[in-house]
This record gives sequence, C-alpha cells and structure tokens, in this order.
Amino acid sequence: MLNAVGRDIPEEVVKNTNKEIFKGVHYYDGYTYEKKGPKTKCVNRSGGDKLVDSIRDVLFKCGIKDGMTLSFHHHFRDGDYIVNMVMKEVHTLGIKDITICASSLGKAHDLLCDYIEDGTITDIQSSGVRGRVGQAISRGKLKGYAIMRSHGGRVRAIESGEVKIDIAFIGAPTCDDYGNCRGIGGVSNCGVLSYSMVDADYADKVVAITDCLVPFPNFPAHISMTKVDYVVEVDEIGNPEKIATGAAKPTTDMRKLMMADYCTQFVINTPYFKDGFSYQTGVGGASIASTISLAKVMKERDIRMGFGVGGLTKPMCDLLINGQVDCLLDTQDFDLDAVKSVENMKHFRISASEYANPFNKGAIVNKLDFVILATLEVDVNFNCNVVVGSDGVITGAQGGHPDTAAGAKCTVVLTPLLQGRTPAVCNEVTTVTTPGESIDVVITEYGIAINPARQDLIDCMKDVKLPFMTIEELRDIAYSIAGEPQKVAFDERVVGIIEGRDGTIMDVVRQVKI
Amino acid sequence: MKIQKPAMAGTLESSDCQVTVEKGQGTVELELSSSVINQYGEQIRRVIQETLTKLEVEDVKIVVVDKGALDCTIRARVECAVYRANEETGPWRELA
Repeated sequence: MLNAVGRDIPEEVVKNTNKEIFKGVHYYDGYTYEKKGPKTKCVNRSGGDKLVDSIRDVLFKCGIKDGMTLSFHHHFRDGDYIVNMVMKEVHTLGIKDITICASSLGKAHDLLCDYIEDGTITDIQSSGVRGRVGQAISRGKLKGYAIMRSHGGRVRAIESGEVKIDIAFIGAPTCDDYGNCRGIGGVSNCGVLSYSMVDADYADKVVAITDCLVPFPNFPAHISMTKVDYVVEVDEIGNPEKIATGAAKPTTDMRKLMMADYCTQFVINTPYFKDGFSYQTGVGGASIASTISLAKVMKERDIRMGFGVGGLTKPMCDLLINGQVDCLLDTQDFDLDAVKSVENMKHFRISASEYANPFNKGAIVNKLDFVILATLEVDVNFNCNVVVGSDGVITGAQGGHPDTAAGAKCTVVLTPLLQGRTPAVCNEVTTVTTPGESIDVVITEYGIAINPARQDLIDCMKDVKLPFMTIEELRDIAYSIAGEPQKVAFDERVVGIIEGRDGTIMDVVRQVKI
Repeated sequence: MKIQKPAMAGTLESSDCQVTVEKGQGTVELELSSSVINQYGEQIRRVIQETLTKLEVEDVKIVVVDKGALDCTIRARVECAVYRANEETGPWRELA
C-alpha cells in the first residue's frame, strides 16, 4: 500500500501492527480519544520512605516477569548507565521477551546486543538507535519490529495506550527518600527529566534510581513523589561528560560555517524574523553555528527572541545570559553549559508532551517560527531521512525532527551536499522519517533550494543574494561529483518501522544483505 | 607498466583511500573494501580497472581500502602506487 510519501508499506506489516499508513501531516487534527491511565498502588500510611536496597530487589517488588515493557530516558545520552544496570539484572534473573521502550538508545547500550541475541529483549521502541544495537536490528537479530518514534510520537503512543509501560526507570540526578526527582543539584546532572515525565504519569510502576540521595523535600521537583513507587540508591547513574559526545559537537568546519551563514541570511529575510520570534535548532554542527551567527544579527538590528526551544546547547543559553531571548523552554540538554543553565529562572523545564506530542491540546512546536535541522539525506521531494544510513543500516534517531518540522512556520534543513562520498541530496531517501510537506528549505554549501510548495518564501527571497537553485539542481551537482549511487540491496524482511508522529506508518526498514 | 616492487599510496583518512600494489600472478587481482561499498562498489572497481588499463598494468595484486574517496582521488592514488612500484617518474600530465 502506497502512503502519502509514496512509500510502499507491506500489507503484512499493516496487519501485524494494526496501524494505518501515513496520510499527511495534519490528518489527525481534531481527532478525539480517551487517554489510558496507569494502575496506581496508593501510599497513605504515615511517615516511612520508598527506599529499596538494590535494582534486583526493586525488580521483584515491581513484579518483574517475562513479556514486560520497561521504559528508560536518554538525557545522559552516551554517558547513560541506567539501561545497562537494569538490563543486566533482568538478564541475570533469566527474564525473557522484554520490550524496551526508551526515549532513545545509543552507543552506551552496545551491551543490549547480547540480550537481543539470547531473547531477553525481543522488541525495541525508541527514537532511534546508534551504535551496535542499530547494526544488530538491521541484521535481523530482533524478534519483533523495532519501532522508531519521534519524541512527540512516543508520548502519543504512551498516552493513547498504544504502549503500556509496566515499569519506568528514571535516572534521577537528585532524589529524596519519597521519590521527588530533579535533574540538577547532584553529582551527575543531566539538567531536565522531560522524557521521563510521561513515563512517570503512565507507567504502572515507577522507579527512581539516584546517586545523590538528598533530604526531603527535593523541591521544586521535576518529577513528583506522587508518581514514584520506589527509590534505589546506586554508585553512579551516568557520566555527564559524555552528554556532549555523538550528535552534539561545535564545529570549525568552514563548509558548515558557510552553511550557517547562508541559514542566517535566509532566516533574517523571512517575515517571521521580527521582535518576539521563536526559534529552535538541532544539535548538528552547522545548526549550532547558525545560532551563533544569528545572535550577531539580532544584536545589530536590536531584535529579541521571544522564546527558544531545545534540545539546548551553549549558544542558545548564551542568548539568555546576554538578554537576547525572553525565555528558554527545555526538554533536553546537550552540553554541560545547558545543564547548568537549568538553574536560571527564565530557563523553563517542559515535558516531552508539552514539547511535541501531536495528540494533546496543542504542543510548543506548533508555536515555533523557525526550526533549524540537519539530515542524513533529503530527496527531490524534500523528504528527509535521519534514522537509516545510506548503506541501509540503522544509525540515527528521529528525535524531535518530524515534530518540529511539522510545527514550525519555517523549517530549514542544513546539510553538506556530500556526506563523505554519499550525496545528501538524492533521488529518493533510503527511508522517510520527515515528510517533504514539512520541509521548507534545504541549505547546502553549494546552494539553497526552497520547497516549491512555499511560493511565499520564494517570493520574499526574490532580491536576496543567496545561491538559490532547485532541489533537482542540487542533486545533479551532488551526482556529478560523487556519481549516482547504486540502490542498496535489502532482504525482504521488515526489521523496523518508522512511525509518523500520529502513529501511522511513514516507512519500513528492511534487513540488510550481508 | 610493470610492478617491480611493492608500493603504497594514500591514507585511511575519511574521503581518501589507501592503495597497495605488488607483483601479481599474471592477472589483475583486486581486493576492495569500502565504507560505501553498497552504494559505489561497482563504480570504484570500474575506476580502478580503467586506471590500471590506462597505465597498461596487467599483472598486479592491488589492495584498495576506500574511505569514501571520489573517483579523482581513487585514480590519483592508484596511479601513484603504480609509479612508486616501477621506479619511473610518471608522465603525470599525459594522464590528466
């Protein structure tokens, strides 16, 4: 069955998953449904605490058994210790058929490959997967489908009851003996706990794991004791130094700085660039650099940003320090400067639902003027791929890409024309994660292509001196330098599903041929 | 052109390739590994073969470890390795 981005979704997958195929970004606008609440075990005795001695004990208290769904958050990114810590115990207990429902998984979780091989883990639901776990999935090691959801889509799946979390684990930088969690104030800080907020609201059992137990009350709590069943103290929950590895890197690459400069020139020539505008960037090198160059123009023209949204990094937090933005809304901190900035009164923590959930009564992404994103591939229909490498192996994550792209008035994608030899602008992306209807402009170091659907943007760039061309011309330049790539050969078997924000099937990922 | 001794050219940096040549057993024997083998394997093989043909190399064992090099880079590295294996300084310009 062909979906709205022209992807052929096998009938069998539609049947097995009970999902619809993607029908367009706003297909579910106005949809009415009932949310599914968690089973709650009341605590109304006087005094006491919720402390449990070990991960193993807490698993018993939560009634761990085969087939359960366990959830995790990824605020520690490559420095996360929680997933491995919990899964080691689950494995030791001989538990099988576990579904991992994580906000994302990365290189810190290579260990899970062994547990996929031996059947401890049979299903993975995540924003995406980097590292060896991605390779294992692409090679067909997982029994079930790996379901890749955007950050907003994950909240939707949990709130609508599509996923039922049995036990949620929260790596809490500080926590008191009654379960009030905060992302700051401890030894290993990650800033915010936004992705876990929905888990805490909807999981049957909620476990806070901390390496810094503080006196009650740990206020203002980022996650309230009213949602937490148990608290476990461990030696270390994560390494904050590793938060900034992987995706988030500052750049000195001249090509990326040039793209950042093009981006700024584009942004300031749109009608949305005026006092009070709102703005978000991804954490690609060029996106981060574009914030720095935009800040200069804002200063020159005396224009303030109303609010900035993140995925935050130092340059965004600098805007707050320099008085160039009224406030920051934060779901995740990508470097230690951003973690530190959480203490600022105008740096507000938001839940992943407030941030991006398409099935609540309006998320922050809907109020964005600009979002500056990166991509692995973008095709001549402006469809973007941020999950599967051009070699066919799962290597990235949806993150907030489709959420912010759908919400923002002006969605800019920055990418070098070639990633190594691989053309980033191509005939057809390997898999679609973000539909072309959400993408307004593609900026490369060779030229800039505006989506023909945005005639208004084309019109306001008429007198702007930037190297505008069509997306097909960009592709042609890429192919003339690198040659046209062969089609990657896949096996028939579907190993992963790229889910649209609204739960429809955007694309499937097939097993790679070895 | 004859391969008189083993020689090497190029690096393992991203967007480069490392080419090693040594005496063959009467044929062209190519061993290729590449970070973009799925997308460009055939094209890389063709470029290597074309370059060897141009240089009239018919007896060689050539190992190419490619890190996403463009055709021009692959061509240059193969030529360089072959000339280094031959003691001659090559007629670089004629090949351009």
